[in-house]
Amino acid sequence: MAIVFQRPHALRDTEMHYCPGCTHGIVHRMVAEVIDELGIEGTTIGVSPVGCAYNNYLYFNCDMVQAAHGRAPAVATGIKRVHPDNVVFTYQGDGDLAAIGTAEIVHAANRGEKITTIFINNAIYGMTSGQMAPTTLIGQVTTTSPFGRKPEIEGYPLNVCEMLSTLKGAAYVERVSTHDIKNIRNAKKAIKKAFQVQMAGLGFSIVEVLSTCPTNWGIDPVKALKWVEEKMIPQYPLGNFRGKDLEV
Amino acid sequence: MAQTDMIFSGFGGQGIQSAGRLIAYAGMLEDKHVSFLPSYGPEMRGGTSNCHVIVSDEPVGSPILNSATVVMAMNRPSMDKFESYLEPGGILLIDSSLINREPVRKDIKVFAIPATQIASDMGNLAFANIVMLGKLIKETGVVSTENFERALKKVLPERKHYLIPDEMKALKTGMDY
Amino acid sequence: MGEKILMKGNEVIAEAALRAGCRHYFGYPITPQTEIAHYFAKKMPQYGGTFIQAESEVAAMNMVYGAASAGARVMTSSSSPGISLKQEAISYSACAELPAVIVNIVRAGPGLGGILASQCDYFQATKGGGHGDYRMVVLAPSSVQELYELVVEAFNIADRYRTLCMIMGDGMLGQMMEAVEFRDSEDICEADKSWAVTGTGMKRDHNIITSIYIDPEVLEKHNQKLQEKYRKIAENETRVEVYNCDDADIIVAAYGTVARIIKNVIKTAEKEGIRVGLIRPVTLWPFPTAAFEKYAQVPQAFLSVEMSAGQMVEDVRLAVNGKRPVHFLGRTGGMIPTQKEILEKIREILK
Repeated sequence: MAIVFQRPHALRDTEMHYCPGCTHGIVHRMVAEVIDELGIEGTTIGVSPVGCAYNNYLYFNCDMVQAAHGRAPAVATGIKRVHPDNVVFTYQGDGDLAAIGTAEIVHAANRGEKITTIFINNAIYGMTSGQMAPTTLIGQVTTTSPFGRKPEIEGYPLNVCEMLSTLKGAAYVERVSTHDIKNIRNAKKAIKKAFQVQMAGLGFSIVEVLSTCPTNWGIDPVKALKWVEEKMIPQYPLGNFRGKDLEV
Repeated sequence: MAQTDMIFSGFGGQGIQSAGRLIAYAGMLEDKHVSFLPSYGPEMRGGTSNCHVIVSDEPVGSPILNSATVVMAMNRPSMDKFESYLEPGGILLIDSSLINREPVRKDIKVFAIPATQIASDMGNLAFANIVMLGKLIKETGVVSTENFERALKKVLPERKHYLIPDEMKALKTGMDY
Repeated sequence: MGEKILMKGNEVIAEAALRAGCRHYFGYPITPQTEIAHYFAKKMPQYGGTFIQAESEVAAMNMVYGAASAGARVMTSSSSPGISLKQEAISYSACAELPAVIVNIVRAGPGLGGILASQCDYFQATKGGGHGDYRMVVLAPSSVQELYELVVEAFNIADRYRTLCMIMGDGMLGQMMEAVEFRDSEDICEADKSWAVTGTGMKRDHNIITSIYIDPEVLEKHNQKLQEKYRKIAENETRVEVYNCDDADIIVAAYGTVARIIKNVIKTAEKEGIRVGLIRPVTLWPFPTAAFEKYAQVPQAFLSVEMSAGQMVEDVRLAVNGKRPVHFLGRTGGMIPTQKEILEKIREILK
């Protein structure tokens, strides 16, 4: 009997700890499929974040390093400079990358550090139980913006891709979403291209993935997918911001 | 035990640090123990510049000097600050082209050399520190002229080695003054 | 040994690291240690190594964390305020058991403080500047030659025990020039780094470098493992110079550049008929307690002389353990204790 679906080799046979309806699992799988397709599991080194994905080093089959909150791009820089021929990626959430780690991501991108960042934007801090993130939408209720995010108090949602796309060192910048099959397919294409950009030595690459957090958003998984489509995408338009025409 | 404790001081740009480094290097080439401690920080930016140099027969203890046997002062503020550091019988060398006061101390040996004028007459103001060092070497014997010349070769970058004959001439002028 | 050359302490640190096989340096400018970065920036390309001026001290130390995870001999350097910023990754590296060398050319604090020589970071270095139960080896050279020897040694200790190793000097040591003689080649310990992340090559299970252990039992076990390692380091790597201590009237405890001032004091005191001994901890952690125990009953008293408001003196008191009074003389703010005031203090104690 032909096998039509199986676990990618780059994912370990381990039960994941993510909440029902969370899209981390989908993104993990896409990253692993890309690693398989590019045949780079043996040379890839991943960097885990602080946040819900803190222990995704248990899920990937490649070598993994766990980094302090926000510091993954700096840690990845250290690794990549020691092993320039390996493939190095970071996996970071929005609290990690867009708040405490803003300096690290901006400067890794600006140096054109040949690493790939998978950036999960779900507009909230998940692991610490639903606090406001830099990416939280205007009016969005969180445990630290209980009356809804107000620009005059908390400022505005931070559009990371738009910001990083102004940097010459950032070779490939794309925002994708996980709210339906079509977009998941696009997301995987972007992740693959981001890794290929790194492998071609073209510079820094990042894919921002709009994701769900039903638990902390306080809605069911189906509604959460709708919420991404209806609320997040208007603030965070999908598409390529840099490196669309790169040949890899 | 013979030990020479020297303070070099002047304006930034007068070659104070180079002078100290040259004596330290020459001292090392004599197989003596040496230390060179520059002033650093805000003083590096155009104000006064000084350094402490020790040349000794034994391992150097503290590299920082609370008193000195030799003070080479190339401007008035330096003399004002370091004259009092001299031990009785110590040697004060001053650039008399730039310092217009007499020393206060009567228990020290004073040598006033118009080093900046001499260097200017030689056509290179940058030699003033070397002229001063000539007198310092003559009066203290802390290093030999041979080792001073060897130190010049070590301290100066290759592209400036063509200056060495003139530097040695400046040294000799200082010694003979 | 090769020929003697006159070199600045900071430059010797960088040169020694290169000789010890360090090919990766990540740093951020701060006085009075920036010449270390200058030297690496110029030399690293010749060695095919990496020099990065990071966006912050925080990032620099996390780059060290990454490079050490990848199995490289790696170093960073800074001065007091910068070392404070590195504490996050220092604690993480200690937990993840990463070998690396950190140089602190201490300046006077607290706060932005001043740029002149100080020893005010003793607590931070030896008692854990970052969070959690960890230790790092702290080496305190007192001459430029010893700076060279200990930097090389620091890399070996770091690799041998998978530990952080700090070189702690002060602005005076970093800025001064002294003669240094380099060996033709260094004795570099061949450490097993099969734990490092290098890519599995599809030939082994994946390696994980982490400092998170959510399960309390597992974390306690990991802590016990760390403590056992620290015990072993204390047993094997404690270094101390004991000078003139037999029959001493008073024993001075001092490290780094201050110990040099004490050597002058010893000579001057000798002329007055006062016999001053010196115990100079070369490792500030592990602290050479045994040396103090051994001489605890010899002098009338101990005196700790520091460029701090009184930090190492606490360890001296613990080591002397009440057998003799332990006095303290300290200067702060970048002021350096003078021979004269130390001698006066000694006379006063012995009166």
